[in-house]
Amino acid sequence: MYRAPFSVIGLLLIAGLATSPTRSDELKDLYFGEALYYAHQGYYFEALERLDTEVAQYAGLDEPELDTLFYHIDDAEFSLGDFELRYRMHHRAGRAIKAVLEGAVDEVVRNDAAYRLARIHFQKGQMEDALLALERIDGKIPESIREDIEFLRANVYLAQEKPAESFEVLKRLQGSKSFGGFAAYNLGIAYLQDGQRQQAIEQLDRAGQISSDDPAELAIRDKANLVLGTILLEDGEYGRAMPYLNRVRLDGPFSNQALLSAGWASLSAEDYQRAVVPWSILAQREVTDGATQEAMLALPYAYGKLDIHGRAAIHYGKALDAFGTEVDKLNESIESIREGLFLEALVREEIRKDKDWVIHLRSLPETPETYYLMELLATHDFQTGLQNYLDLADLRKKLVSWETSFDSFDDMVDIRHDHYEPLLPDVDAKFRELDSRLRLRREQHKMLVRRRDDLLTTPRPEFLATPEEMAVLARIEYIEEQLKDASTPFEGALVWRMQRLKGLLTWTLETEYHARLTEFEHNLGKLDAAMTVAQTQYDQFVRSRQAATHSFEGYETPISRLRARVSEAIQRVDLLMKRQGRQLEIVAIDELMARRGRLEGYRDKARFALADSYDRATQAQARSEVQ
Amino acid sequence: MSRLIRTITLLAIAAAPFATAAAQDLSRDDMRSLDGQVQEIKSDVLSIASELSNLEERLLYPSNTQVAVFVAIEDNEDFRLDAVKIEIDGELATHHIYSFKELEALQKGGVQRIYTGNVPTGDHQLSVTMIGKLRNGTEFNKTDQFSFAKGVEPKALGITLAGPGLGNNGIQLGDW
Repeated sequence: MYRAPFSVIGLLLIAGLATSPTRSDELKDLYFGEALYYAHQGYYFEALERLDTEVAQYAGLDEPELDTLFYHIDDAEFSLGDFELRYRMHHRAGRAIKAVLEGAVDEVVRNDAAYRLARIHFQKGQMEDALLALERIDGKIPESIREDIEFLRANVYLAQEKPAESFEVLKRLQGSKSFGGFAAYNLGIAYLQDGQRQQAIEQLDRAGQISSDDPAELAIRDKANLVLGTILLEDGEYGRAMPYLNRVRLDGPFSNQALLSAGWASLSAEDYQRAVVPWSILAQREVTDGATQEAMLALPYAYGKLDIHGRAAIHYGKALDAFGTEVDKLNESIESIREGLFLEALVREEIRKDKDWVIHLRSLPETPETYYLMELLATHDFQTGLQNYLDLADLRKKLVSWETSFDSFDDMVDIRHDHYEPLLPDVDAKFRELDSRLRLRREQHKMLVRRRDDLLTTPRPEFLATPEEMAVLARIEYIEEQLKDASTPFEGALVWRMQRLKGLLTWTLETEYHARLTEFEHNLGKLDAAMTVAQTQYDQFVRSRQAATHSFEGYETPISRLRARVSEAIQRVDLLMKRQGRQLEIVAIDELMARRGRLEGYRDKARFALADSYDRATQAQARSEVQ
Repeated sequence: MSRLIRTITLLAIAAAPFATAAAQDLSRDDMRSLDGQVQEIKSDVLSIASELSNLEERLLYPSNTQVAVFVAIEDNEDFRLDAVKIEIDGELATHHIYSFKELEALQKGGVQRIYTGNVPTGDHQLSVTMIGKLRNGTEFNKTDQFSFAKGVEPKALGITLAGPGLGNNGIQLGDW
């Protein structure tokens, strides 16, 4: 009987452990922020894809301290594990968190990692490992997870069936704002597990009286009262059970079971009139609920006990009709699952946008009666299988959309190729011409720089002569050469004139040397600037030329490799979806068949009881007529 | 207690762990193995997604022309952001209307990549318009202009938004 409480512990723990990535006050890395943006919306695949890439790029850096992710790397690595956990990739999440744990990290970070690892192990049902991870927590613990750690530790002990170990931990959590109600309930269950019945009753009594506005705490309070009432009922203490069952709220998730048990408690105490009250309420409720169905049969039984056989017969009749309808619905549901409609409905987008999508499935035509699957849907194994199926369906959608994009990529590359390819020979020819001119200019520039440097150390005025002056100087030198060889009557006068001319030129060059050198320096500066512009344009040209080539070259291999990977992944996803879907169908059909079997049993009982009630009613009527 | 009650009670007791029992009919090893394979394919598809993003970026947004615009909300801001419009050099780059989930993600510290596109190297004008509602119900519409220079490396522009008011700069542009 205590199985249900434990499943509640598991669900509570998952709810209690659900933490979201916290806001970083000084976000320095936009890409990490982008991953958080997706994670905050529950898109863990997208969050993982971005963060994975970012962390991998960071790992490949020579100087990571210069990267913006450097400020968030611990958070980012944690978040990776966290997102993987939320995306139900426990294997990778465990590895990521272990890596953090084994790195040289701060005590607070290490303790946080150890807690997350313990949480993974707990969810995977690996209690020994969960405990080992918790034992690694030592020293400074982040305040935000202090109570989470203790609550997890207690639940690991309970799951290991070591309730005594959890007592102290749960007692410490009694005053907790987040876990007070859950810890109070779990402590009661721990006492029960440990065989301390009286302590368990007292503790569950306390847990059943906590005051709170939180719906989850109120639900656990109801659960504590229901469990306590059920324990006392099973022990035959019907009178003591009643107040606890009456404490359960009429509009809470455990009210149906509480009403049913309240009726049984009264009936067992032979207070048939009192039993009629909760069962009358319950019999009006949702007919697919197991407790309601049982009440529909129990209510006329109580009327029979009160010798109101006519009313009993009416209620048995109603129950008979209702059970018949439900059996038909179950048959249709089983059939619809066999036809694959259940799985088809599961992946419908409009259904999954609603948080109560599972319930709303029933509103779709030709889909199974999901109220009958609610209990099954709440089990961890079915949930895992269902989530996996939905994740696979999402992956398939992504892969199929990617597959279609490859054709567009090919078209894009082809168009670019067709556009650039004919232009490139001409562009290349112009580029070669530009390249050779630029090389020449670079050489000339180098020569001028060398000359300037030489002039600064060894003044050479003739180097700064204008072209006209250089021509005149050359002419004078030529004439001087001619005069050396020829003997003419004017030789002396000519030589003198040549020397005067040369002297005049030398005078100009010598006296204007500094001014000319300054101008040369100034012009060289302007040339430097012009050379820089030319070099920038040259670089831009080179980059544009490269970009043109890169826009269509080198894509064939990656595109074809990705195309093959996507196609292979689709095949694998299809296969896994089939296997996972089949598993879900089998479990769902088994569940519905079992419910049908139970309803058929109820129907038989109702049929016999109806006939019996009619007989008794007729006999009673005959007796009264005789009297 | 009558035979009927005993039967019903037994059925009730049997019903409680029923769903679990049905689930247990499946081989736990089979389920684990299937779960492991699902995790593996998730990992593979993530790796494909990463490679594909890389390829897309190279093909569609080469470094020398790539510009990406990100949007974040200032800490502790509680205004309701309805829409953001981005223009580059007078041309509409993108216009985004926020859902409740997206706004909540921004308020929790997420950063939205609102636009990725191509611009030539050189100086450009960015115009950002935000439309929203303050906590007191006042609607607002604010536009700011910014200049940015595009070099040969990819350009990331981060816009931080705050509700207009005393001490708030409204729209701020950061360079990453």
